[in-house]
Amino acid sequence: MKFRRRIGHRLLRDLGADLEEHIEREARENMERGMPEAAARRAARIKLGNPARIIEDTREVWVRRWLETLLQDFTFALRMLRRTPGLTVVAILTMALSIGAATGIFSLVDATLLHPLPYAHPEQLVRLEDDLPGAGARDVGLSLPEWEDFQHSGLFQFVSPTQYDDNNLTGGRAPQQVRLLMAAPNYFALLQATPELGRTFDPNFRGPGFLTEVVISDGLWRGTFGGDPNILGRSLHMDTDLYRVIGVMPPEYHDPGRDPRERNVEVWAADSYYGPPNFVPWPRTVRGMPTAIARLRPGLTLEEAQQRMDALTAALRQKYPGDYPAAAGWRVRLVPLQASVTGEVRPTLLVLLTGVGIILLIGCVNIANLLLARTGARRQEMAIRRALGGGRLRLIRQMLTESLLLASLGAGAGLALLYGARNPLLQLLPPSLPRLNAIGAQGPVLWFTLGVTAAAGVLFGLAPALQASRAPAAAGLRDAGRGSTGARKRMQRTLVVMEFALALVLVIAGGLLLRSFSKLTTVGLGFRPESVMAVMTRMPYPNDPMTDRYRTAAQQRPFFQKLAAGLRTLPGVKEVAFADNAAFPLAHDRDNQTPPLPLRVEGWRGGDDQRPLVDQAIVAPEYFHLMGMTLLRGRELSDLDAAAAAPVAVVNQAMARRFFPDGNAIGRRFQLGRGAWTTVVGVVADARAEKIEDSDVPEIYTALYQRGAHHLVIFFRGTMNAGQIEAQVRAQVQAVDPTLPVFGTQQLPAAVAASLAQRRFAMDLVGCFAAASLLLAGLGIFGVMAYTVGERRREIGIRRAMGARGRDVVRLVLREGMTLAIVGAMLGLGGGVAAARALAGLLFGVSWSDPATFGLSAAALIAVALLGCYLPARRALRVDPMASLREQ
Amino acid sequence: MLRCMSPRMATRAEKERIALLQGTLDLLILQTLRRGPLHGHAIVKEIEQRSEAVLLVEQGSLYPALHRLIRRGWIGFEEGPSENNRRAKYYRLTASGKKQLAIESGKWERMAGAIARILRPAEEKA
Repeated sequence: MKFRRRIGHRLLRDLGADLEEHIEREARENMERGMPEAAARRAARIKLGNPARIIEDTREVWVRRWLETLLQDFTFALRMLRRTPGLTVVAILTMALSIGAATGIFSLVDATLLHPLPYAHPEQLVRLEDDLPGAGARDVGLSLPEWEDFQHSGLFQFVSPTQYDDNNLTGGRAPQQVRLLMAAPNYFALLQATPELGRTFDPNFRGPGFLTEVVISDGLWRGTFGGDPNILGRSLHMDTDLYRVIGVMPPEYHDPGRDPRERNVEVWAADSYYGPPNFVPWPRTVRGMPTAIARLRPGLTLEEAQQRMDALTAALRQKYPGDYPAAAGWRVRLVPLQASVTGEVRPTLLVLLTGVGIILLIGCVNIANLLLARTGARRQEMAIRRALGGGRLRLIRQMLTESLLLASLGAGAGLALLYGARNPLLQLLPPSLPRLNAIGAQGPVLWFTLGVTAAAGVLFGLAPALQASRAPAAAGLRDAGRGSTGARKRMQRTLVVMEFALALVLVIAGGLLLRSFSKLTTVGLGFRPESVMAVMTRMPYPNDPMTDRYRTAAQQRPFFQKLAAGLRTLPGVKEVAFADNAAFPLAHDRDNQTPPLPLRVEGWRGGDDQRPLVDQAIVAPEYFHLMGMTLLRGRELSDLDAAAAAPVAVVNQAMARRFFPDGNAIGRRFQLGRGAWTTVVGVVADARAEKIEDSDVPEIYTALYQRGAHHLVIFFRGTMNAGQIEAQVRAQVQAVDPTLPVFGTQQLPAAVAASLAQRRFAMDLVGCFAAASLLLAGLGIFGVMAYTVGERRREIGIRRAMGARGRDVVRLVLREGMTLAIVGAMLGLGGGVAAARALAGLLFGVSWSDPATFGLSAAALIAVALLGCYLPARRALRVDPMASLREQ
Repeated sequence: MLRCMSPRMATRAEKERIALLQGTLDLLILQTLRRGPLHGHAIVKEIEQRSEAVLLVEQGSLYPALHRLIRRGWIGFEEGPSENNRRAKYYRLTASGKKQLAIESGKWERMAGAIARILRPAEEKA
């Protein structure tokens, strides 16, 4: 066909010349008969007719034919679909749901994983992550000398540290906390991002310390500054220091952060990182730059850059053995920025995409089965068509047109469904998902839908099409559409087996995720979140530490004393405890926490070479009781552990086990960074402080009244009013210091749930997929068995007449149905193992090969098969022997 | 054979006439090519001469007919130099075209015979 079409193209292209040739010959003939040349030519032209029209007519010979058959097939297909409305509706609904789901999931994948980051040349952007594998630490941040080394390495166009933080914005109507990003002056040049108003930082700025210029977000400009048209040059106070606004970033601009907080910065400030208030001199071991991003030199691939970076770090380790002990194994990883923005959700999304793909397959198999059953009814039609000279290909084409039409109608309905439900669906998404605003029906999504629809149509249309076209003309006419051929029955059974196998894969995956989630929700948290609320406040960090009214714990103490007295009077409050934000359990934004200081434990064999980094919370004495944490040994902190007293700390059991092998931590001493030697006075039971998934994480709780803290969390236990607590706390805090902002109220149970939101999302969806697949598999086996029973009425009638009991008849039906289900389940177990292994990284507290999950999933499938066989079996029981014998 | 798909069909009567002509033209082209490859103009001339100018081939419908026959695989073509050293397309009968010609001419003869038998007694009566 294709070959002839190509010939057609060529012929049509030449046709004009051919016609000219024709006229030429005719004219010559006329001239031979004695006509003058002009007249001869005119006569020839008249005789041939209008060449344009001839070309048009000839073109139609090629084009019109297939258009016409297409139209014929299409109208015929429509008529057939209307003739079996039940089947059509079921098929369209199945397709609508599965294609709608597939499109929905793909639009997420498209927005998060496939869309390039919205910066120029996003492939050049990387995040630099310093690892100290020997100290068991990843992504520990970098120091100023390292930053300089990287900038001069020739690998990068720009390197900028990034430090996400809060700041206190004062001078407006009320003090306000703003999300701040501190970066190098080259930050915006690195991203090649431009402001909507004014300018950004001068990338070549070399002065010491902080720039006095800041860039603000569109949101802050329109909100706090009321869209002031003279915003450029306006000054603002942050953490008591004075800054000047030089630019406003457009609303669509977002930073390449790892969580929503980091992606929604309100103020950008810059530090040259030279001179005070930075460390002077800045040792290599002080990793005061928590994260950094860089733009690779053009033409440099990631692999090359990583190799050269490895060479550079190896050279530096040799040059500064004191700063980079061999045991720590310092290394710098270059992570594509896209991966670091979407890294966390990638496995989840891929699981969902696979799941929805399987659902789509099952849907296709189901429809194929329905259509196959109908080909039985259409055998006669097909036979007649063949007898009348319908070619086999032509019949297949007709059937495929029908299935494609079904798929397209389903896809249309699915898209409409998705569009209609888009707002509630978007609400379901965990807010931590990156780039939610990029979700939409863009090109790739629609292409995906189109491709999936075509593939589905062909997939579920092919089996029935082949089957139908295979009907030999004569045989089909003779048995007049009764009964089915063995081939069709085999195909139907194969499809049911496939359905069960696919469904089992989904059910196992769903089961494993469900069990993980239920393990997570019942895990001993080590603290009691119920009726605990947290409200944040923050003390300013002036650039000149000497002007900091809260510089030391001793300076802070009066504030805490006054505030605590006021807070205890609030309605419903039973307990109050202060802490720094590292003490907030399951907190995601670790960036604005003070990075953990290297730990030195007295008498620990690890020694100086390998100073581990351990989570460090700073808490007031009341913290442990309020959180419901259990003291195992020694004592809790007390009000007497104040600035003047000897430094003390409480550690958790994991910490005690790891660093004090004899298990007795009480009375032992450690040092954080270059701080004072601190004595352990108590051991508490482990609490899931970082992530619910991580048990056994060492944690140190030092005394708030000895170390002081600027990022504060005020915990309450009691029956507070969630809607009023923030205002009440604000009044109390600002009664003590009117410049402090109060923000970020959270209820602890909600925070715990939020930390599981992404898991919950994946589990819910895969669970839905699994349930849908069970339903479809059940329908599939029901359809086949009902058909079989209908077909074997006579046989069953004879058996009954011969004295078969009801039990025997039921066994007959069940044996066939169960065989299909069990064969399917066996195949599905294989697929399930593969799926479970792929899921292993997402599981918690349950092994990928969990026998209970596999067993229960298979049992669920068998139960569904039994249910699917039940109705047909009942129908078989009701077969009246006499009636069925008389039928033929 | 009686496929009606010329876009120029306007009234029902005209449609039938053209349709018949078109089918006939296909048959005549096949028959003409039986004796060897010819170019388009020569085909027309051959048909006119052999029918002793009774059949006047509408030259404009020749090319759609040729293309239709090529599309069905009944004739093929090659390019070659013509008498006065110009390029021309020579159309030739293919194997399946020969078969088709046998079928069509058989049908045609049966139809012509049948029509003749129907018409003859009518003439006698008149």
